[in-house]
Amino acid sequence: MRAAGLFFFLIATILPLQVNASVAGEKSGQFDATEMIMHHIADAHEFHIVTYTKASGEEVHISMPLPVIIWHSGRFHAFMSSRFHGGKNLVPVEGAYLKLYHGKIYLTNVEGTIHYNEKGEVANAKPLNFSITKNVASMFLGSFLIFLIFGTAAKRYSKRGGLAVPKGIQLLVEPIILFVRDDIAREQIDARKADLFMPYLLTLFFFIWINNLIGLIPFFPGGANLSGNISFTLTLAVMSFFAINIFGSKHYWKEVLIAPGIPFFVKIFLVPVEIIGLITKPFALMLRLFANITAGHIIILSLTSMIFIMQSVYAAPMTILLSLIMYSLEFLVAILQAYIFTLLTSLFIGMAVNEHH
Amino acid sequence: MGLLMPDPGLVFWTSFSFLTLLILLRKYAWKPILRALKVREEYIEFSLKDADQAREELRKLSDTRKQMIEASRLEREKMIREARDLREEIIREARTAAEAESTRMIEQARAQIQRERKESLSEIRQQIGLISLEIAEKILKQELASDEKQKHVINEYLNQVNFN
Repeated sequence: MRAAGLFFFLIATILPLQVNASVAGEKSGQFDATEMIMHHIADAHEFHIVTYTKASGEEVHISMPLPVIIWHSGRFHAFMSSRFHGGKNLVPVEGAYLKLYHGKIYLTNVEGTIHYNEKGEVANAKPLNFSITKNVASMFLGSFLIFLIFGTAAKRYSKRGGLAVPKGIQLLVEPIILFVRDDIAREQIDARKADLFMPYLLTLFFFIWINNLIGLIPFFPGGANLSGNISFTLTLAVMSFFAINIFGSKHYWKEVLIAPGIPFFVKIFLVPVEIIGLITKPFALMLRLFANITAGHIIILSLTSMIFIMQSVYAAPMTILLSLIMYSLEFLVAILQAYIFTLLTSLFIGMAVNEHH
Repeated sequence: MGLLMPDPGLVFWTSFSFLTLLILLRKYAWKPILRALKVREEYIEFSLKDADQAREELRKLSDTRKQMIEASRLEREKMIREARDLREEIIREARTAAEAESTRMIEQARAQIQRERKESLSEIRQQIGLISLEIAEKILKQELASDEKQKHVINEYLNQVNFN
């Protein structure tokens, strides 16, 4: 815990906070809930902390700038996102300029012109962007927390050859680890092989769960919609795809590719379906997690937006109550989705590696 | 549709974070934790089995003890019975011997007494004879001290004698 405190202290001291000011009057007019929500669930190149309006009507955004890493014309360009000044400044690279526009970095000309195609989408080229975005920063924080929690717990487990009476953080993590081992892994995978997949399943479960929870924290350094980002869920789904298929038994591959004991004309249809099934399983995992977490964020943000849409403070009690209910539900969803992702991965692994069905 | 477009940067960092975390946790967390859990479970299982075994042994031991107590009790009873029998035997034998001895002694005594009585009787008879003779002699001497008396006795005897 001391290490965690030190970590946050370091962040807080190193933090070169960026303060951007804009005149509130600039964005006058109707409150656009869709834009606000899309802005919140999308990734960003800065970690927004707080926005307030001065008496003079000037809006002040305080945010933590994040490193931008761009691969352009054969080399990396790294700088802090504060150089964009919230999108007002261009950053020159070889033969082009980088512009931050709606949270994304585009290549532009010296004027920073943004072209649109006929669908109204930005047509400018995007450089390869390996930036530490808000989501990546949130993920680093999550990974660090996970490592801290389980590293601390593991140290305790090493005492007295594992026979020390569990206490402290052990009591918190042990039931969950046992749950993942006994009710997720061993339930689906043959006991002898289940242990091989335990590190993957445990890491997957806690990676999803902790990142879901950090995403639910409504203020800095939480609130990034990381586990509701398709890139995140795609990556985990691909990992699960490999975990499922790399250790597949001969029997499993025979079932998929030859479908033994089935008439030939059925085989013609069944084998392609089976092969597509290899992809659809992780695809479903990807979409399920993405949709559930993003939907949760959207609902909570929508409920909050109600106050501004109705432009009445009397809407607040109702929306706050509903948000509270949704928040409780989201805490459940956070662990439920981690559970479902891990359980289904485990189930598919079981189908692939078990000797008999 | 922007939401559904994967971003290569985030894919890269997610892969990087997840795999790093997987490798680090595998080495520094999951292995020790899972091993400790396994060790603990095996220890508990072993202890339970051990306790069962100990209980079983204790039961056996107490059974053996009971059996031994029972056996010794039987042995003791047997010994007591034997001792009692032996005692009775000895007493009976002693009694029989004593009775025989006493009978024999009584017989002997009786014979002795008989014999001694006979002896004493004959001795007494002899004595009586001698004493009678002496008495008779003395009486005679006294009675027949005067002539008249001698005459009288002679007469008397003569009177008594029937001359038939």
